[in-house]
Amino acid sequence: METINAEIFTLTYGSMVRQLIADYEDVEEVNKQLDKMGFSMGQRLVDEFLAKSKTQRCSDFREAAEKIAKQGFKMFLNCQATVAGWNAEGTECSLILEDNPLTDFVELPEQLQGLKYSNLLCGVIRGALEMVNMDVECTFVRDVLQGDEVYEMRLKLLSSSPESYPFKDDD
Amino acid sequence: MFQSRGSVGIVDKPLRPGRQEVPLSTFAYLFSELVQYCQSRVSNISELERKLDEVGYGVGLRLLEVLCYRERGQRRETRLLDMLKFVHSTLWRYLFGRQARDLEQSNTAEDEYMISDMDLPFTKFVSVPREMGHLNPAAFVAGIVRGALDGAGFSARVTAHYVPVPGQPRPKTVILMKFAPAVMQREARMPGS
Repeated sequence: METINAEIFTLTYGSMVRQLIADYEDVEEVNKQLDKMGFSMGQRLVDEFLAKSKTQRCSDFREAAEKIAKQGFKMFLNCQATVAGWNAEGTECSLILEDNPLTDFVELPEQLQGLKYSNLLCGVIRGALEMVNMDVECTFVRDVLQGDEVYEMRLKLLSSSPESYPFKDDD
Repeated sequence: MFQSRGSVGIVDKPLRPGRQEVPLSTFAYLFSELVQYCQSRVSNISELERKLDEVGYGVGLRLLEVLCYRERGQRRETRLLDMLKFVHSTLWRYLFGRQARDLEQSNTAEDEYMISDMDLPFTKFVSVPREMGHLNPAAFVAGIVRGALDGAGFSARVTAHYVPVPGQPRPKTVILMKFAPAVMQREARMPGS
């Protein structure tokens, strides 16, 4: 795959977040907008993932989460996440990132403590999973920028509708 | 504008070594969202270019600092030509993995310089719709250049243009830099010019 210096990506993202903060002047709105942008990135990125990763169909949510953590993050961000904290039903888990390329050079000022700086990632995951018929909720629960040890995203499966044969024709 | 919290801020920590790479497509997805977002906030093409330029400016300003610390041993260029060479080679190599093709001075004006290059990787997956005719998404790159120049004390107006090349199917991108009069006067006063 053709690559680009990761710092350019980081700085571009940072500059975009600053622009959003300047435009919206409200941290909650910025969080929402980042999630929205991530969502449409995810919708498009999943195609590339399926085409290039040569993976098989995931049988359940557990497998999908592992695949995101081990292959998805590796492929698009060159870092790895671990999956932990499953609930008993297997519908909720956490993705834990020790290293997050989005946040190099970043420090959150006092006034922006509510900012979920990496919220884009949540959107990406939500968007990508939606395209494979899994409706999920994804939120940051721990963030190094806010003083935590690691980055943790909580992933919650709301509903999934496996495609069954015969496939519906689009009409 | 903002205060940092805690006593050890990010500038007190050692600078991270250069990070590896991410796929170009990851950047392309982000860039696409950026352009779409900017487009939703403006009403015409020149405003869109200005907005992209502004976002790029923030990148350039910070990039200059990182590059000076990391690759230039804490030195920063003070002469116009050296600064241009820095943009043309060091900055370009950092951004795109190669030097820019050409660096030229304008025939008509002393204070105008041009850096031109074919197919910038940033705009590789962008196709400009016909109704947006002269939009060049490299306005973002122009912003980066403007930020780096400005941070080093060379204020300039920087714009990106498509210029058709005879015999080539695709136009080249020209980044035009017009330096502020104060910069040119200072340069003329420097020894050896």
